[in-house]
Amino acid sequence: MTDLEAFRKETRAWLEANCPPEMRQPVKGDEDVCWGGRKWVFSSPAQKQWLEAMAAKGWTVPDWPVAYGGGGLTAEQTKILRQEMASLGCRSPLNSFGIWMLGPALLKFGSEEQKLHYLPQIARGEIRWCQGYSEPGSGSDLVSLQTYGEDKGDHWVVNGQKIWTSYADKADWIFCLVRTNKEDKYRGISFLLFDMTTPGVSTKPILLISGASPFCETFFDNVVVPKHQIVGELNRGWDVAKYLLGHEREMISGMGGDGGMASLGSFYADVLADNPVLRAEMAMFEVENLAYRAHSERFMDEWKTGRAHPAYSNLMKYVGTELNKKRHELVMAAGGSDALEWESARTNGGARPRAWLRTKANSIEGGTSEVMLNVVSKRILDMPGA
Amino acid sequence: MGLYHTEDQAMLKDSVAPFLAENGSVKHLRALRDSKDATGFSRDLWSQFAEMGLNGILIPEAEGGLGLGHVEAGIVLEEIGRNLTPSPFLSTAVAAVEALKAASADLRSHWFPKIAGGEAVVALALEEGKKHNPAGVALKAERSGNGFKLTGAKNFVVHGHAADMLLVSARTGGAVGEEVGITLFAVPANAAGLTAEADRLVDSSIAARLAFEGVQVDADAVVGEVDAGWAVLNRLLGAGRLGASAELIGVGSGAMDMTFDYLKQRKQFGKVIGEFQALQHRAAHLYGEMEGARSIVLKAQQMLDNGDPRGEMFVSAAKAKAGKASNLAVREGVQMHGGIGMTDEYDIGLFMKRERALNEVFGDLYFHADKLASMNGY
Repeated sequence: MTDLEAFRKETRAWLEANCPPEMRQPVKGDEDVCWGGRKWVFSSPAQKQWLEAMAAKGWTVPDWPVAYGGGGLTAEQTKILRQEMASLGCRSPLNSFGIWMLGPALLKFGSEEQKLHYLPQIARGEIRWCQGYSEPGSGSDLVSLQTYGEDKGDHWVVNGQKIWTSYADKADWIFCLVRTNKEDKYRGISFLLFDMTTPGVSTKPILLISGASPFCETFFDNVVVPKHQIVGELNRGWDVAKYLLGHEREMISGMGGDGGMASLGSFYADVLADNPVLRAEMAMFEVENLAYRAHSERFMDEWKTGRAHPAYSNLMKYVGTELNKKRHELVMAAGGSDALEWESARTNGGARPRAWLRTKANSIEGGTSEVMLNVVSKRILDMPGA
Repeated sequence: MGLYHTEDQAMLKDSVAPFLAENGSVKHLRALRDSKDATGFSRDLWSQFAEMGLNGILIPEAEGGLGLGHVEAGIVLEEIGRNLTPSPFLSTAVAAVEALKAASADLRSHWFPKIAGGEAVVALALEEGKKHNPAGVALKAERSGNGFKLTGAKNFVVHGHAADMLLVSARTGGAVGEEVGITLFAVPANAAGLTAEADRLVDSSIAARLAFEGVQVDADAVVGEVDAGWAVLNRLLGAGRLGASAELIGVGSGAMDMTFDYLKQRKQFGKVIGEFQALQHRAAHLYGEMEGARSIVLKAQQMLDNGDPRGEMFVSAAKAKAGKASNLAVREGVQMHGGIGMTDEYDIGLFMKRERALNEVFGDLYFHADKLASMNGY
């Protein structure tokens, strides 16, 4: 038996012994997804037990170094762990912007002290993070951001406003882009970390068209941030932000929207039989969906082996999010008047229309489709102009 | 295995690309067209293909070929597409060879060496209507003497007037439209009672309408089993559809690259037009479409080579997506070239013409999207 085969066997045995049966049931609602943090209320003892077992093993972040709370696994071992979890139906023990976004940035730009302090808290699900990037006047043109940190010697005093801060009202800490030099647009931004309970921080949830409020407005009124809470160099936060955005786009393209290779049309055969033009649209979507799955697989294979263009994740983000919006348009059309129901129990509280509306943000958040096309055209196709 | 070309496959591309750029370029196509060449392709070039071993790419090694797969055949076809090379490679070395793998030892030992050696060209006589309909076979094959007598007509037989052998789908049982009752025959082109009316197509290739007036063939001309030719035909079509998809990737990529170069050179309003965001966004979108098409074609090629049961479905998705993306590439190509794109002197129009013909062969975008829907139960 090779080492990897042995690892697979051990992993499976461990998961079977340690993953509670309730944590092998499909996720049914928001409360089944564990986000951790100081304010988190576990929905069941099993959810708590599963998080603690995985965290003790370092497997909430299997490929991070052991010293930072990770499992120290290789890429192959991590893949095997994910495969075995999927095959047993194990839920993710912890969803977290700390794992997906801040962690990779700290691993690349953080000081050793910062890594030892923040990363294990993320791995154990003790601190829940949110991201302070966009501002009311700085969306696609993020670099024009105005939130300002005034230098007061051993600390900054931060004033300003962020918007679209995901789950800011539920988060414990924020990683935040703050202007620390008004003279230099790009080299005048710093990447700061601070506690959401610091005096002067307040949040206000934004009600969306889907009826949910996953995003907040976040206000900073004379917020004191000690100097050691900066990641990377002073005024070079844009480098960290760009790295993170690339990471985010890679992640989004890797997930490729919801729905996999399975046929969408096969769920609506009865409706499609009576609606030939809708059937044709669905058939064309089916072509696009299979092409996208292959495209995504090819991108991942090329990315992992260093073959992909460094800006390619921008293309995948564009293609994947536009396709996901198309998918939900078809789900709504095939669902007809049933898919209009917003509150009924039999539609799971209007799950379909709410999900449909949610997808409209796919091509806006993390860089709009139009910005993605700009990047592809300039960086991959080498088109001229600024 | 990753979804990208192996080193060996990349090497194959590195040898085929310069060979075709040198010998099978658009200039070559123009020369044949402008001299009103009656064959539609160059037999000399076909011999050169053979010298490079390309014609035997899918023929098993034990039978004198290279024993390679659909990924490799696709590499050759992409370069054929990129150069608009007039060639019987798709019909002969890909589709016909795939069908002949199911034929008797006699047929194989007769035709494989001729194909691999560049001495024979095989044409596919499968269509009877305007649109691809492989089960819509009305041409009759009746038992007669030691074999069969074929009566009926076929159209859209590319290279049909110049081929040495024709693979003909005929009805030995069942009704028109049924898969059962179809038999595939290998018919020598010089068989008595067989006439070909050749016509040049929009892309300068030549296709024939064939009339079969009681064409007598021996029983050993049957490829596969009598009444059960659908299995062989399906295999032929899988290879043909996927091959055409790879060629479409070449045509679309060729048109796209030429267009992007033009965007970086042409000046209007005191600017290189590639600086305009309206054109940049369309260019980036087109690139994404072509990349998606390239991915699904490679995926389907690997599946056929691995005998994956989902292969047939992915081949249809590949043909549809390759047709859709390359069609966008040639339309955007002509539009973005502006007036010069409408001239015969400029090459972009030739890409548009080739794309139209390739989209039609072995089923177009609509045929394959419909097939995909049916295979998924709706």
